[in-house]
Amino acid sequence: MTLRTIALCNLKRRKAKAAFVLVGLLVGISSVVAFVSLVDALTMDINHKLEKYGANILVLPKMENLSLTYGGLSLGGFSFDMQEIRQKDLQKIETIENAGNVAAVGPMVLGPLQIRGRNVLLAGVDFEVSSYLRPWWNVQGELPMGQGVLAGSEAARILGIRQGDRFGINDRELLVTGILEPTGSQDDQILFASLTLAQSILGKEGRISMAEVAALCAGCPIEEMVRQISGVLPGAKVMAIKQVVEGRMETLSHLRKVVYGLSGLVMAVGALVVLVTMMGSVRERTSEFGIFRAIGYKKSQMMQIVLFEASIISVLAGVLGYILGLGGTRLAIPFFTESHHVPLHFDPMLAGGVLALALVLGLVSSTYPALQAARMDPNEALRAL
Amino acid sequence: MNTMQAENLIKQYGVGETTVTAVRGISFGMEEGDFVAIMGESGSGKSTLLTMLGALNTPTEGRYLVDDIDVYALGSEQRAEFRREFLGFVFQSFYLIPYLSLIENAMLPLATVRMSAKDKRSMAQAALDRVGLADKATRLPNQISGGEQERAAIARAIVNEPPILLADEPTGNLDTKTSQEIMRLFQGLNREGVTIVMVTHSLDAAEYADRFLRISDGLLIEDERHVKTYGMPGEQQYQEHKPMAGLGRI
Repeated sequence: MTLRTIALCNLKRRKAKAAFVLVGLLVGISSVVAFVSLVDALTMDINHKLEKYGANILVLPKMENLSLTYGGLSLGGFSFDMQEIRQKDLQKIETIENAGNVAAVGPMVLGPLQIRGRNVLLAGVDFEVSSYLRPWWNVQGELPMGQGVLAGSEAARILGIRQGDRFGINDRELLVTGILEPTGSQDDQILFASLTLAQSILGKEGRISMAEVAALCAGCPIEEMVRQISGVLPGAKVMAIKQVVEGRMETLSHLRKVVYGLSGLVMAVGALVVLVTMMGSVRERTSEFGIFRAIGYKKSQMMQIVLFEASIISVLAGVLGYILGLGGTRLAIPFFTESHHVPLHFDPMLAGGVLALALVLGLVSSTYPALQAARMDPNEALRAL
Repeated sequence: MNTMQAENLIKQYGVGETTVTAVRGISFGMEEGDFVAIMGESGSGKSTLLTMLGALNTPTEGRYLVDDIDVYALGSEQRAEFRREFLGFVFQSFYLIPYLSLIENAMLPLATVRMSAKDKRSMAQAALDRVGLADKATRLPNQISGGEQERAAIARAIVNEPPILLADEPTGNLDTKTSQEIMRLFQGLNREGVTIVMVTHSLDAAEYADRFLRISDGLLIEDERHVKTYGMPGEQQYQEHKPMAGLGRI
C-alpha cells in the first residue's frame, strides 16, 4: 500500500469520473495530433506538388554586367562575352551540408546557332533530370538522343522545322526528334540538344553556362542552401528564386498559425474540463481526504495522490489521443486534398511531444484541485459530513 | 511513557457577536494506559475536546502536551507526523475508504511509511486478526456489517501501534451486542497498554472506562476514576471510586 495504490484504486472505483477527465484530455490531445499531422501531411503533399514547378536555385557565372532583358525582351543589341562554369565543379554541390535536400541539378550550356539563315539559341541540357526541372514540358515526339534536337514551338514555327526533319550544322546532321508544346516561357524559342552534343557543337566541352537546382522540400532552408552552394562554387553567382519558396512558406506559416491557435483553444477547453472534474472529485472525497489528514498524511502527500491520478489519466490520454488523432487525420485527408497517397507515418517527435503535452496539461489543470485537497482542514473535512 | 496534559483548553468558533464558545477552559491530565470516557449531552463540547486532543483542531487558547511535546506549537506538517506516530482514530461513521478492501484500509496509515509491502501487509493482517476480521481481509467495506466496519476502523487505528487511541462515539451506530464486542476490544487494547480516550453518550460503553470526564456547556464538571480489576468482558468489578480532585475544573 502506497500513495500510488490509493490513486490507482480510486481511479478503478470512480471509472466514470476518470473517464470524463480522460475524454476532456483526449479531445484536446487528439485534436492537436489531428491538426498537426494534417498540416504536416498537407505540407508534404504541397511540397510534392511544388516540386513540379521545377528549379528554384540558379547557378550562374559571376558577371559584372547588368542584364538588359526583361520578360524575354532584349533592349538593344548588347552582347557580351559570356563567362562559364566548369561542369565538373557542379559535383561540389553534392558536398554541401544540405545536399540531401537537392532533388536535381541540371547543367545547361547556351550558345547561338544559325539555321536556315536565322539565329537561334541552342541549349544543351541533361534530359535525364528534365522531368524534375521542367515537369511542365509536353513533347510531341521524343526527347532527343545522340544527334537529335528538340525544338521549342516558336523556334519550330519560325525555322519551319517539324518532327523528323534533318538539318546540317558544322558538318553534322541533326534530327528533330520532337517539338515542345507551347509553354509560355523562353523555352518556346530555343532548340534543345543533349549537353554533350551542344557542348561539342558550341565548342564548349567541359563547360556550362549555368545550372538549375531543384531544392523544394519540407522546411528547405533555401537561403542557407544558396549560401552553402556559393561557398563551394566561389566563381559562381547563386540565386534563389524566392517568390516560389517564400510564397509557399507564407502559406504554410498561415496554416500552421491557424492550426496552433485552434489547438490552443481546444487544449484550453480540455484543461478546463479536467480542472472542473478534478475539483468535483476532490469535493466528493472530502471525508476521504479528511481521514488521510487525520491519520497523518502530509499536504505534499495529499497532492501526490491527486497528481498521480491526473498523471495516469494524462499518459493514457496522450497515447490514445495520438492514435485517435492519426486516425482522424487519415479520415480527414480526403476532404483536404485530391492526392490519393498522402504519406502519414508514426512520428516519434509528435508522439513524444503530445505525451509530454498531455502530462503537462493534466498536471497543470489538476494542481489547483490538488492544492485544495492538501489545504483541507481534517477537522473541518470530517465535521462537514 | 505517554502522558497527556490539557491546560485550560478553550475553543471558540466564529468572530464578534457570532462567537460560540464550545470549550470554555478545560484542564486535565492522563497517564499512559488510562481508559477515559468523556460524556456529556449533545453540544456540550465533548467532540470538540476530542478533536483538540487529536491534534485536529487548534484551540483558541490553552496548551496541550503529550509527553513534552507542545502539540499546538508544532507546525501543520509536524502535527500530521505527530498524529501518525502517536494517535489512532476511531470515528462514529467509521470513514472507511469505500474502494479499498479491509486490509488496504488497515494499511492506510502505513502508506506513507518507508517499509516493504510485505511488512505492511503483515502488520495490517495482524491488526485485522486482532479485531477478528482475518477472514474478511479482501472484502470491501460495503460487503460487511456495521460492527465489522467498526472493527475494521479499529484495525486501521491500531495498525501502526499508536500509544493513544481516540474514539468518537464508537458504539453510536451499533446494536447492544455489537457495542459490547467493540467495547471488549477496546478493553483488551487498554490492557495491552494503549491509552484510550472515548467520547460516548452510552453509560454502558462508559462503564468499560476507568475514568469518566463529564462535560457540560464547555466545562469539565465531573472527573471520576474507578480502579477496577478486569474480569471477563462486561464483568468489571469496581473496587474504588474516587474523584480526581485537582486535575479538572469541577
